[in-house]
Parts: sequence; C-alpha cells; structure tokens
Amino acid sequence: MIQQIAFCIVSIFALGFAGWQFINIRRNILLGQSEKLELNAAQSWRNVLLVAFGQQKMFKNWIPAVFHFFIYAAFVITQIELIEIFLDGFTGIHRFFAPMLGGFYTFVISFIEILSLLAFVATVIFLIRRNILKINRFEKPEMHGWPQRDANIILMLEIVLLIGIFSMNGADTLLQSIDSQHYPDTGKLAVSSWLGPAFFGGMSEGALHLTERFGWWLHILTVFAFLNYLPISKHLHILLAFPNTYFARQKPRGEMDNMPEIMNEVKAMMGLAEPTDTTELPEFGANDVFSLSWKNLLDAYSCTECGRCTAACPANLTGKKLSPRKIMMDIRDRAEEAGQNLRKGKDEFKKDPALPLTKDNYQDGKSLFDYISREELHACTTCNACVEACPVLINPLEPILKMRRYEILTESAGPAEWMPLFNSIENGGSAWAMSVDRDAWARE
Amino acid sequence: MADFPIKTMADYAAAGETPEILFWVGCAGSYDSRAQKVTLAVAKILHTVGIRFAILGNEESCTGDPARRAGNEFLFQMTALQNIETLKMYHVQKIVTACPHCFNTLKNEYPALGGTYEVIHHTQLLQKLIDEGRIKLKEGGTFKGKRITYHDSCYLGRVNGIYEAPRAVLAELDSDLVEMKRARSNGLCCGAGGSQMWKEDEPGQKRINMERAEEALATKADIIAVNCPFCLTMMSDGVKAKDKQEEVMVYDLSELIVNNL
Repeated sequence: MIQQIAFCIVSIFALGFAGWQFINIRRNILLGQSEKLELNAAQSWRNVLLVAFGQQKMFKNWIPAVFHFFIYAAFVITQIELIEIFLDGFTGIHRFFAPMLGGFYTFVISFIEILSLLAFVATVIFLIRRNILKINRFEKPEMHGWPQRDANIILMLEIVLLIGIFSMNGADTLLQSIDSQHYPDTGKLAVSSWLGPAFFGGMSEGALHLTERFGWWLHILTVFAFLNYLPISKHLHILLAFPNTYFARQKPRGEMDNMPEIMNEVKAMMGLAEPTDTTELPEFGANDVFSLSWKNLLDAYSCTECGRCTAACPANLTGKKLSPRKIMMDIRDRAEEAGQNLRKGKDEFKKDPALPLTKDNYQDGKSLFDYISREELHACTTCNACVEACPVLINPLEPILKMRRYEILTESAGPAEWMPLFNSIENGGSAWAMSVDRDAWARE
Repeated sequence: MADFPIKTMADYAAAGETPEILFWVGCAGSYDSRAQKVTLAVAKILHTVGIRFAILGNEESCTGDPARRAGNEFLFQMTALQNIETLKMYHVQKIVTACPHCFNTLKNEYPALGGTYEVIHHTQLLQKLIDEGRIKLKEGGTFKGKRITYHDSCYLGRVNGIYEAPRAVLAELDSDLVEMKRARSNGLCCGAGGSQMWKEDEPGQKRINMERAEEALATKADIIAVNCPFCLTMMSDGVKAKDKQEEVMVYDLSELIVNNL
C-alpha cells in the first residue's frame, strides 16, 4: 500500500514537471515566425516512417547505425513493459499481464530482454567511441564541456535503466520457485533465467525480494528522471525526430525561399506591379530566433549533436570555423535564453515599457549574432552536404542563408569582396565586370 | 570562335522563326576563357546533331544565383525578373545550360517569380542524345583506356539529384571510370558555391579546392571530369597548385564528347 501511494505521488510529480517543461519547449519553438510549409501529407508520413521510424539515413554509416538501432529498438519495445510497470505500480498487483498472457508474456518479455542486452552492448560501445576512441566528430570545439557531459549522462542513464530491468527480472525468476503465490510464473525468460541464478543465486528470500523491489524502483525512477532530463538534453531527438521529419521541407533542395515583399518592390520599380505602401522600414532576413521560422527552431531542438553534418561540411573539414552542428546548437541556446527571459517576465526585457512583455516586445540587447560569428556564416559554400547528412532531416543551411540576408539587406554589411560582384551584376548584368559583348566567344 | 554561325534569339525572331531550345550560356561560360571552350563544345555538339538552338547574347543577364546566396535578395530579384521578362518576350519554353548554378536557379527558383520552363543540364542532354543514337562516338576514341574520375558538382548532384546521367555519358568513352572516395551524394564541394567564387576562403588550414584536388589526384586518374564552370576553375587551380597540370587534365564532359565526335 505504501508503495502504491509513493508510486502515485512520484508519477504525478514526475509527469507533471515533465509536461510543464515540454510546454515551455513548445512555446520556445513558437517564438519563431509562422511559415507555410506546403507539405504533401503522404510524403510527410513516408518521411516519418522511413527516416524516423526506419532510421533510413542512419544506415549511410553502418557501424553506428546498427548499434544505434539496438538502443532504439530496445527503447521502443520496452514501452510495453513500462505499461505493466505502471499498472503494477497503481494496483499493487505483481506482474499484471503474466497470468493472463501465459506463453505470449514469456515471448514478449524475452524479446525485450534480448534487445536490452544488445542495447547494453551498444551503450558500452558508444561510451568507448566517445571517451576512448574519441571519434573526430565528437571532439569539435562546440562539444567541449556540457555537450560532451550530456552525451555521457544519457549513456550512463541507459546503463542504470538496464541494471534496473535485469535486477528486477533476475531476482524475480528465482523468487518464482520460492514463493509462487506472489510471483506468478513468467516462463523461462531469455536472459534473466540464466543471469538471475548467476548473479543472485544463493541469496535469501528477503534479499531477493529487496533486489527485485530495488530493480523495479530503479527502473521506473530512472525512466522518470530520463523524461525530465530530456528537455534540457540533446537527447530530445527521441521524441522530436518524429514531428521534425513530418514537417521537413519538401520543396526542391535548391530553392531558396522567395521573399515576396522584395519581389513586389522590385516589380514596382520595373513598372510590372503597383507600388506597395512601405512607410515602415522593414527588417529582412534573420538576426534572432524571432525572425527565423518555427521550423528552424524545431530543427534546433531536434538536433542530437551527432555531428554528421559537421563531418561532411567542406568548410569545417578544411579547418574553417563554420560547423553546421554549432549553428543548430546556438539557435537552441538562444531560444532557451529568450524563452526563459520571457517566462520570468521582467520589465527590463521590454522594448516598449508601456506594453506587456511578449515576443514582439522583447529586447535583451543580444541577438543570434552574439552566438554565431560572421566568419562562420561567410564560410558556407551552400553545398547542402549538411542537409544531406542529417539523419532527422534538419536543415542547417536555411538559418545560415537567412542570417546572410540580414547582414546584406538590413545591415548593408557582409564581405567587402562581394561588392564588386554586386556592382557588376547590377550595372553590367554579369558576375564579372566585362567590357566586351556577352557573346564575343561566338564571334571572335 | 565557332566555325559555324551561332544565332541569337533576336536573329531567330527577326526571321520569324523559333529555335528548338535556348542555350543559356551563363556568366562564366560567356567570359571565363577556360569556360568559353566548354560553351563552344556544347554549341558544336548542338550544331553537329542538328538541334536548332539560340543564345540570348547581350540580352542574357546573370541568373542571380551568386547574389541570392550571398544574401542580396534585392539584386537577385532585379536580375531574375529582368531575365524572366526577356524569356517571356521570346516565348522561351526549353532551356539547356552548361552551368549547374544557372540550371538550379532557372529550374527551381524562377517559377516562384513567374518564370516556368523546361530546364535541362547539358549532361542530361548529352545522355539523351547518346541514348537516341544521335551522338555517335569514334571507335577507339582519344580517351579509350584512360582513367577518368568524375567530380559531382553540388548543384547538379546533391541539390538536384542528378548523379547517373553524367556517368552514363562517361561510360560511352570506353575509358576506365574511377570513383573518388566521396562521390555522388557524399561528393565534396569544390569550394566555389555560395558565392565563395568571388571571395577568399575564410581562415582555415586548407583551401577546399585543394582538399578535393588531392582526393581526385589520389585516384591516379589521367582526367578529372566536371560538369560546372566553377568546379572547372577550382579543380584546375588545385591540380596546378600540386604541379600536376602536365599529367592530369581537367575537362568538362562536353569537351570529352566533342573530341570524339
């Protein structure tokens, strides 16, 4: 009874706090501009199915793909066991499904156990890759400190989770032969039927009982900890990969978003359209999360910092400062900063003190340019290698180009070397200033 | 100079005729002395197979790709809308171009501005002409048995998904096609895209074109085949910097074909 009450209290707090954190993330994502995505629903679902569920793009690189798949499959399938843990926790019944499912129960739990064992192996290998082999893409400057620690915390939590499962099931298999009244027969479980006796054989009934309870509570408490840790972690991708692939852009990769406000102004200049009223001096491009689109921010929150983009980036791999992964991390950090300030509601962040603090009336003296340097933006060749590389269809190129637009159109800044290019296009219709005819090659 | 007449859209219009296809030459193809040879090669192929094509001559402007990718949307719109007006005046429906950047902008970006055309890259046209038997290559051509490596340009390959047409064309040369480690969707940029052509690399350890040229040279190829005037410059510079310009040639696909007609 005490356990049931404790379980109810812990669940309510854990789920409540996690819910509040997820609402905040949603709010932060919606700090971005609305954007018409023009999605074909069939294609969107295909992306969710193949890219998120099927992890299609991970398999460009087989070794991490296979190990990642073990952890992913174990995670997904363990949710079945989690349902039972919840039911047991609320009702006080031990192994709710065991008596009614019989042999099928043995099969399901055994399946979970095998995947869990594979996930354990994969987790250890991932820890080795990060901390001993030091795979290059995990060692870039943006990974130092918290991101590196974050990755290790997640992997350690996974190991704790697995220790919980196997202590619980291992002790349980031994208890079934001692006290079949309270411990219903689960059949011969694939892993714990030998792991249990190997680790816990010879323990007293009391000790076994404690071990089983320890495993059960360790498992569920780690799940709750995990859920509440996700919102501040790069590991959020386990949830956001699904909406992110659904909302991924479907327009041709080579098409930069048109800017109708500029198109109409130019058309008016050329006498092709009626001039529009432009009394307000507009800002073009993006200098902050507020001028990026919500999809750009969803991209940032979906990023798990794997660095496949950065490893493929021609600028990065020739030693330039640009790292597409860092761009996404910066956007998320900035969204968090602005989101937190807005939540605190302090007057100091109001642009106009007379109005309430909203995203449209927000100013903290900072912008994305405090996170992302011009040098990074100027190094991009728009080659789309980062876009191609991302396993969850994040587009790091879009924010880079939006910030370039801000620099050129709103600030009239940018690399000085581009001035002759702009001048010759504007004055001579050519990317180079030339004094000969354009078709001289055909005539001379 | 071409040894056959190259007519403009205006020439055709004056004669009351319309050509089958517009050959969009682009800035590099018009003014860069190395890229001009590619332009002539494409023109020669079109002429030889008897396709009635025209160029725009002085009525052609930059598509606006470098302005747009630098962030200068205003300038992009100016030059793009100008071009769309010109194309509308001549009722242009089909365009072939030897530049993947022009190709991408005309194909993917002009529609949102009101200009929709059937746009093909010259490597696609070459494949089609070969498939239809309209291009017949000499037996035992110049490149027979030579090692050729093919460099995917970003804007033809990764951006527009065209990987096979250029390879199919190269396969016709009876040469030995060797792939670089990073090919197709993993192809490495030459370093010129995103308006980098008009500026120095940002500070780093290496130029991007050197990284790619080294990879191409590592295949021990005799010829590096490209499909883009900017890749042509970047790869040639890289090969030259490695002092390999005597042994390794950088050619556009059309040049390889025209030499074997």
